[in-house]
Amino acid sequence: MNETGSGAPIVRAKGLSKQYGSGEGLVRAVDEVDLEVAPGEALAIMGPSGCGKSTLLHLLGGLDRPSSGELWLGDRRIDKLSERGLAQFRRHDVGVVFQAFHLMDELTARENVELPALLAGRSPRQARRRARQLLDQVGLADRAGHLPSALSGGQRQRVAIARALANDPQIVLADEPTGNLDSAATLAVLRLFEGLHTAGLTLIVVTHDERIAATANRMISMRDGAFVDEMRLTGGTKRNLGKFAGLGG
Amino acid sequence: MGTALLVFRLAARDVRRHAAQAVLLVVAIAAATATLTMGIALNGVTSQSPYLTTRAATKGPDVVAYLTSAAQAGKLTHASGVASHSGPFPVASATIRFDGRFNDVLAEGRSTTPAAVDQPLLTAGSWVRPGGVVIERTFADALGVSVGDRVSLNHKSFAVAGIAVTAAQSPYPNLCNGTMVGPTPAASRFSNACPNSFSIPMLALPGGTELSDFDDVGQIWMTEADAIGLTSKANPLTTYVLNLKLTNPGDAAAFAYDRFTRNSATTAPLFSTWEGQEVEDAKLVQDGQGVLQPGAFLLALLAVASVAVLVGRRLSEYARRVGLLKAVGGTPGVVAATFLAENLILALFAAVVGLVAGWLAAPLITNPGAALIGAAGAAPISLGSAVDVIALAIVVALAATLVPAIRASRGSTVAALNDITRPPKRRGALVRISSRLPIPALFGLRLVARRPRRSLLSAANVAVTTSGIVAVISFHAFADNTLSGAVALTAGGLSNPVINRDEQMLTVITVMLVTLAALNILFTTWATVLDARHAAALMQALGARSRQVSSGLVAAQVLCALPGAILGVPLGVVLFKLAVKHGSLPPVTWLAAAVLGVLVATAALTAVPARLGTRQPVAEVLQSETA
Repeated sequence: MNETGSGAPIVRAKGLSKQYGSGEGLVRAVDEVDLEVAPGEALAIMGPSGCGKSTLLHLLGGLDRPSSGELWLGDRRIDKLSERGLAQFRRHDVGVVFQAFHLMDELTARENVELPALLAGRSPRQARRRARQLLDQVGLADRAGHLPSALSGGQRQRVAIARALANDPQIVLADEPTGNLDSAATLAVLRLFEGLHTAGLTLIVVTHDERIAATANRMISMRDGAFVDEMRLTGGTKRNLGKFAGLGG
Repeated sequence: MGTALLVFRLAARDVRRHAAQAVLLVVAIAAATATLTMGIALNGVTSQSPYLTTRAATKGPDVVAYLTSAAQAGKLTHASGVASHSGPFPVASATIRFDGRFNDVLAEGRSTTPAAVDQPLLTAGSWVRPGGVVIERTFADALGVSVGDRVSLNHKSFAVAGIAVTAAQSPYPNLCNGTMVGPTPAASRFSNACPNSFSIPMLALPGGTELSDFDDVGQIWMTEADAIGLTSKANPLTTYVLNLKLTNPGDAAAFAYDRFTRNSATTAPLFSTWEGQEVEDAKLVQDGQGVLQPGAFLLALLAVASVAVLVGRRLSEYARRVGLLKAVGGTPGVVAATFLAENLILALFAAVVGLVAGWLAAPLITNPGAALIGAAGAAPISLGSAVDVIALAIVVALAATLVPAIRASRGSTVAALNDITRPPKRRGALVRISSRLPIPALFGLRLVARRPRRSLLSAANVAVTTSGIVAVISFHAFADNTLSGAVALTAGGLSNPVINRDEQMLTVITVMLVTLAALNILFTTWATVLDARHAAALMQALGARSRQVSSGLVAAQVLCALPGAILGVPLGVVLFKLAVKHGSLPPVTWLAAAVLGVLVATAALTAVPARLGTRQPVAEVLQSETA
């Protein structure tokens, strides 16, 4: 991966919190988190199930609003954005990859990838061209006309990654992107992420798999909604990716 | 036994868990069964009991003869089979005026002492006296007069001495609407006594003439001297009434026909019989049937549509439960039985609620009106009727539940355990077309395409709703026309009790129909919103604004509603024609307004759940869908 960590942070969170319930039933899913992510950095957030890492990712991706704290993208404050502003943020600035893929079952791979471009107001022709290009990039050009039900888990996740890139976002957020995949598919996805990172995209990946986290530049451990450890990984994915990740290849 | 207990227990727990849906289901079915109960109650009503009560209380005649001269009475009073008589009484036509309203009346001249036959029963005040008149009760109600008021008759002032009912003549507004037996020339002569009926066509019958459609003439009684005092050279006395009691009342029709065949001269007497009178008096109640029966049919259709939507929605929530039941050894039969039992129990409960509600409301609509005393006797619901109503409820529940229940029982256990509902349909052409549309239309069109069965159900729902509204509008227009026609004849501003009663029933049906229709649209939209929850959240996650998504949901509903609303117009016309054979249709603009109104209402009713549906945090929805 490329060298990162220099320059003004692209993502900055200060005292970011997300709470559910009240009184004795209060749950602090994300508790006063401070975070800075440099442009082009690959950050892995690790922790056991229920530690709040997915909630944090949802806050970073504008899928949910924080209860308190500040969230910045460059010099733009995100947590104060209107619904409309937040939608624009999701449309243009971030791409999200989910563990469960969240593809539309009735749309083909290509149509799924086209969707964000259409939402952004691109013409159907432009959207189709971009979708073809991205599917080619993720190695699924020959599967463009298939429905998700006709694709394997790894292929679906690659479609989801292509969809996340449709509007050229600054940041790609991935929530357990390999959680539902076998080893070979995991390797393919990791290689894709490596390519994105090399191309200068900022990656924030939530995972509970140490092998996946080890491919990042930096790894943060979470427990009970708060950061408990941070580790800078000098090696990252410069090594043989598959070997490093213990996946063979 | 154990299986039955399990099925019952599961059904009961699920009803408790989804209480709101259960209540809606009961409301939908109960509305249909209540209306059907009322329809059945009306079906058996002929108002025989109130008419006979009134006839007995007023010493009602078996035959009433309308004469051109008092001298004609002799032959009739001495005819064989005649037991007693009263009259002949002079009948003058006049115009009554009160409080700015006016109407034509037949003023019958009477003695101040009770007659042997036809003693109008006073319900208020006292009998006729010089300067004091008695007014038939329905006419008094329409005119708005009470005892003690002063009315003007042909510009002469009289006091209202009393208000009475009679079995000898049809009440207002059908006084001249009775079946008359007599030659056509003679019938036209009778028209002189019914001044507004000159232009009314008469139907020539073999052996007689039926006078029909003579409307809006009131009946009053006054002293003979006062009645004759109303006549003039321009308004001569042309009619006398002779009331006859026969030794055998069953011979009334034969007696009338026999007299008619003996004398077919222009000046020959006309006759009305007590049986004909009874039929006329029943018309008030029978009219209501024309409103209630199509109303019940419509409500039943709407109930089926509502139940189908509710059951469809519940089925998707039921999927995991079906999986669990099968995983622990439940056979497809048990699974289907559980699902069916739940809806059948609710349907039975709704049927009982509807029966009780309909039974309680039936006396209100079988009330014979002000013209008669007593109450119609058909209110008790027979066992057969109760079975019919319960059968309707069961058919409604079965129609909507059977297929989903069987499908649930046959589906994959693993898929059910993973809560995998049927995958949405792909419509490639629509996806391509929608790519060129604005975001709300893109989303809306794709939503319609992904669940075609639900879209079809929505369209059917709207078609049924629209047909009901069109039928109701048509009937209102028909009633308004009839009413304004009646007012135009008298120009007196009196209301028509028959039309009023029909409109009251129509209002009840309309309110029930619109309520059920609104509930229906809400069920459908809510089901659509819930079904589209994941797609909507995903669209938002990809950058669509919540307003675009909620507009898309509205667009989806309106797209489904459009063909339904258009189809509903001819369906509504057919329903109206079933209820009113010769009724004319309302203007096209009214029908267009109905279609537009339904679409606007659909959009408005969708907007609320759509807006609420998109308010849930995107992450929460996406996580819950994969949990």
